[in-house]
Amino acid sequence: MRVPYKWLQQYVDVTLPPAELADKLTMAGLAVEGLEDLTPGFQKVVAGQIKTITPHPDADHLVVCRVDAGRELQLVTGAPNVHEGQMVAVALEGARLPGGREIHRATFRGVVSEGMLCSAQELGLDVSLVSPEDREGIITLPPDASPGADAAEVLGLKDVVLVLELTPNRADCLSILGVAREVAAITGVPLHLPATLPGEDGPEITGLAAVEIAAPDLCARYVARLVQGVRIGPSPAWLQAFLRAAGMRPINNVVDITNFIMLEMGQPLHAFDYSLLEGHRIIVRRAGPGEKITTLDGVERELNPEMLVIADAARPVAVAGVMGGLATEVTPATTSILIESAHFDAVSIRRTSRRLGLRSEASTRFERGVNLEGAPAAADRAARLMAELAGGRVAPGRIDCYVKRRQPVTIELRPERVNYLLGTELAAATMKELLERLHLEVRGEGPFQVTVPAYRGDLTGEIDLVEEIARLYGYNRIPVTLPGSLTAREKQTPAQRWEEAGREAAAAAGLAEVITYSFIGPRALDQLQLPEDHPWRRTVKIQNPLREEQSIMRPSLLPGLLEVAGRNASRRVLPVAIYELGRVFIPAGSPRPDEPLRLAGLVMGTTPRGWNWPAGEMDFYYLKGILESIFSRLRVGDISWEASNDYPFLHPGRAATIKARTRVLGYLGELHPEVLAAMELPARACVFELDWEAAGDQALRVPRYEPLPRFPAVERDLAVVVPATTPAAAVAGVIREAGGELLRAVALFDVYEGAPVPEGCKSLAYSLVYHLPGRTLTDAEVNAAQERIQRALEERLGASLRQ
Amino acid sequence: MLEVIAKIREEALARVAAATSSEELEALRVLYLGKKGELTRVLRGMGKLPPEERPRVGQMANKVREELEGALKEHRENLSRREQAERLRAEALDVTLPGRPVTRGNRHPLYQVLNEIKAVFIGLGFDVAEGPEVESDYYNFEALNLLKEHPARDMQDSFYLTEDVLLRTHTSPVQVRVMEARRPRLPIRIVAPGKVYRRDDDATHSPMFHQVEGLLVDRRVTFGDLKGTLMAFLKQMFGDQVQVRFRPSYFPFTEPSAEVDMSCVMCGGNGCRVCSHTGWLEILGCGMVHPKVLSMSGYDPEEVSGFAFGLGVERVAMLKYGIDDLRLFYENDLRFLRQF
Repeated sequence: MRVPYKWLQQYVDVTLPPAELADKLTMAGLAVEGLEDLTPGFQKVVAGQIKTITPHPDADHLVVCRVDAGRELQLVTGAPNVHEGQMVAVALEGARLPGGREIHRATFRGVVSEGMLCSAQELGLDVSLVSPEDREGIITLPPDASPGADAAEVLGLKDVVLVLELTPNRADCLSILGVAREVAAITGVPLHLPATLPGEDGPEITGLAAVEIAAPDLCARYVARLVQGVRIGPSPAWLQAFLRAAGMRPINNVVDITNFIMLEMGQPLHAFDYSLLEGHRIIVRRAGPGEKITTLDGVERELNPEMLVIADAARPVAVAGVMGGLATEVTPATTSILIESAHFDAVSIRRTSRRLGLRSEASTRFERGVNLEGAPAAADRAARLMAELAGGRVAPGRIDCYVKRRQPVTIELRPERVNYLLGTELAAATMKELLERLHLEVRGEGPFQVTVPAYRGDLTGEIDLVEEIARLYGYNRIPVTLPGSLTAREKQTPAQRWEEAGREAAAAAGLAEVITYSFIGPRALDQLQLPEDHPWRRTVKIQNPLREEQSIMRPSLLPGLLEVAGRNASRRVLPVAIYELGRVFIPAGSPRPDEPLRLAGLVMGTTPRGWNWPAGEMDFYYLKGILESIFSRLRVGDISWEASNDYPFLHPGRAATIKARTRVLGYLGELHPEVLAAMELPARACVFELDWEAAGDQALRVPRYEPLPRFPAVERDLAVVVPATTPAAAVAGVIREAGGELLRAVALFDVYEGAPVPEGCKSLAYSLVYHLPGRTLTDAEVNAAQERIQRALEERLGASLRQ
Repeated sequence: MLEVIAKIREEALARVAAATSSEELEALRVLYLGKKGELTRVLRGMGKLPPEERPRVGQMANKVREELEGALKEHRENLSRREQAERLRAEALDVTLPGRPVTRGNRHPLYQVLNEIKAVFIGLGFDVAEGPEVESDYYNFEALNLLKEHPARDMQDSFYLTEDVLLRTHTSPVQVRVMEARRPRLPIRIVAPGKVYRRDDDATHSPMFHQVEGLLVDRRVTFGDLKGTLMAFLKQMFGDQVQVRFRPSYFPFTEPSAEVDMSCVMCGGNGCRVCSHTGWLEILGCGMVHPKVLSMSGYDPEEVSGFAFGLGVERVAMLKYGIDDLRLFYENDLRFLRQF
């Protein structure tokens, strides 16, 4: 909402500097987003009236104007829109225009020009606020300007506009008067309401027009006024200036008056050309199926029966509360005006304007809620101004179809309740005084009976009055306290702590945390080479996505990580070692999907080489080591890694299913070359993804102490040769089993293929640690264990001892 | 005899003094004091002396032995100090060469800030609560006093999954879920962090972002308590010097409602680009829980009152770290992430 300060001053005697007033409004809940100083960037530009226009003797596209600009001047112009009697803006000799341009006397093909006729652009004005004809040529000033007057004054540019960012509850402040009421309440200055009643003349309106509300559920009230004998023409300077400052383009006196009153009082109005209304009748009804109307913007629109229209005896003439129709538009030929001042249902207007993609100043106000009691006064004031400014005669009386009467709102207010909620000790009398400043009627002593004016539709309950008192008293004057009553607390749940532990462990293991969007595009799943029936293809879809790439909820964290890897690689930021811990979305039986928590990671590239150490590839085993470190740090026990080719996006020979005991936690593997190619990744990349809640179930949350060994351990090495396809985990498993309780630790320290190890075989070398808690082991015991292990390996895996 | 000893003494001390290594010293020790050493030999030959000379010669020989031993020891220590110094000098490193890197991970700046926020509120007596990211219309809007056609729904254009299920547009639904789960127990003191989603994507809006919701419900909770709690939070988060002001505002689920501004952390309140030259930064929204929300969630607004607040984590992180572009958080450029 734009509030020109001079306009505001029509109703309140406020003299504060605008910035100070803005601050007061902001602190009372009407946030002032900005102050716009309209002061123009020109000097020595005055109003002038064109007396005569003669062709330039030597140039076809130029004319010579004699202009009364306080004194008579000769001006040469090429503007196409000049005519005799027109009021124009004249830059005098020595004038300065925005951008530093200076105007001097000049000679155009032998004819002297004692200045320049200016266009809106040359004056630095907002071109959208001048008429289309003026955009092509010079700006036309209002006809009532006095020749020689400062153009900045005529254009109302010596003003400051307060730009308000209103909260949706304050529909009443979508009007200058509403803001003026607030200013009066906040600053204590008196409020002056504008005069509304017109002088009337001629036959009564009731014999000349009729109104019928056929859809009383959508139109609670329809007030009409008739003004005859108007002369359509430009509005006076003050009116044009106010409209422009408020951000609206002046059109003609009648239309400007309806807009002016909408901005002034908050009541949207419409002016019909009375003579074009078939049967001189207004019918407020739902549109018929497929019914059409061409609106004022020249667009033909198809309506449906959910939309409310204003019709005459024959056809729709306006989309109610949204936009008028072209057929009954006020034109220069119009002489009689039917003024509509009505109240339409907010929800219906909102739906209609959305459906038609048409938002107007009127529809915005109806959506927020217009004062039901304000319609007659607005119609009256419009009629009055049309009589004053357009020379019309106002037909006596008004039509007022008021089908759904407003019930007066009276609220009980307990002063002790106010103090209870605010933590204040305000006297009841103070509260009363604050409410009365807002023109609320306060009766009674103990609990007050507070009657709310019709324009404050947002005040319906006691709590609303508590807020009014608080904001007028001043939030910053309310004493600062701290809440009491602390009880035993959980602080964070085990699930929350587990999530945080995962994030910390992954970061500690060398991965950088990323956060990616929860939505992805279907293409991301194609890039993963997923077959059509892959479970991830069953996704949760967004009905109204912003774009295709953000149209489904992620079934996995993998697409997000791949995108981050790709983006970094394309910026030549390598290596990439990242993780994300977040929710994925799986369709479920209930209306809401399941939101399991996942931890996923990705590595790509090589660790940087240094002066004293080589680069290392971040390969499968690098990432596996990271995972092992996470599992060990968080005590997730009994992990096994099983070769798997269940994952279409992973290299079939470099993929593992990760299990804790029998529970599947997730996968680890190198990306399939086709995925790398589809994602245009520059190097091999390895990924993992874990069901983080399942991992939590397998974790020992509190470590259990084991006594430190008091007797020395015995360390032996063992190298065995097995078929190359035998998993190392199988060998270690047999060793552990056969070693029994003496064997405390098994560590693989070498894997070797090639001579002298036979073709198709590999040698695995282990370091074994034997130990008993109660005594020192004898050599014989250790030897026996080593032999037991060798035998078991031979028997079960066909292994031979490597000498 | 005495002359012989004196001569040995003189010669030995001179040679010890001239020795340049501990090996040489050891050889000298053996030469003079060893079993077959010169001085030892002298002592052994004492038997041939007349008995009256023996004590004097013995005394002198012993004195010389002690003197020699002392000289040897002292010189040995000197030498070994020098040798050690030599070795240390030889072992000197170029300390300016880079160290062997330990691979380091990172926490995302948003979650670092979020953890800090949580820690402050835990310190102020709040528990951490959570709720689903996909919500029903009821929890996201209706139970928060935002009925179907409420104009305030415009303020937060939503992503819908079905007509009644959407991505939550704020963390406020957690308020309702917690109250429903805990009624009629008191007090409720929770903060609820999490992702929220709005249909907005430009330089200053991200379709996904993070909020922290706060809720306190108890007997006799006042607007003054709300002010005190949030001031305590902001001072802990941004420093004691920060100024805080409360401006009336509107949220359907709180009343009275307020926007909280703090003095600009960039310019200290003098006015700069970040605060649009106002000296103030809008940092969070809050208010007293609306009586309708309390009663819909099963609490009697005549018996209990409460306050709620909502805070954008991105905003806090941007102010805290001086980040000027919201989109950096979700681009995940490692050069950005590694700065935190």
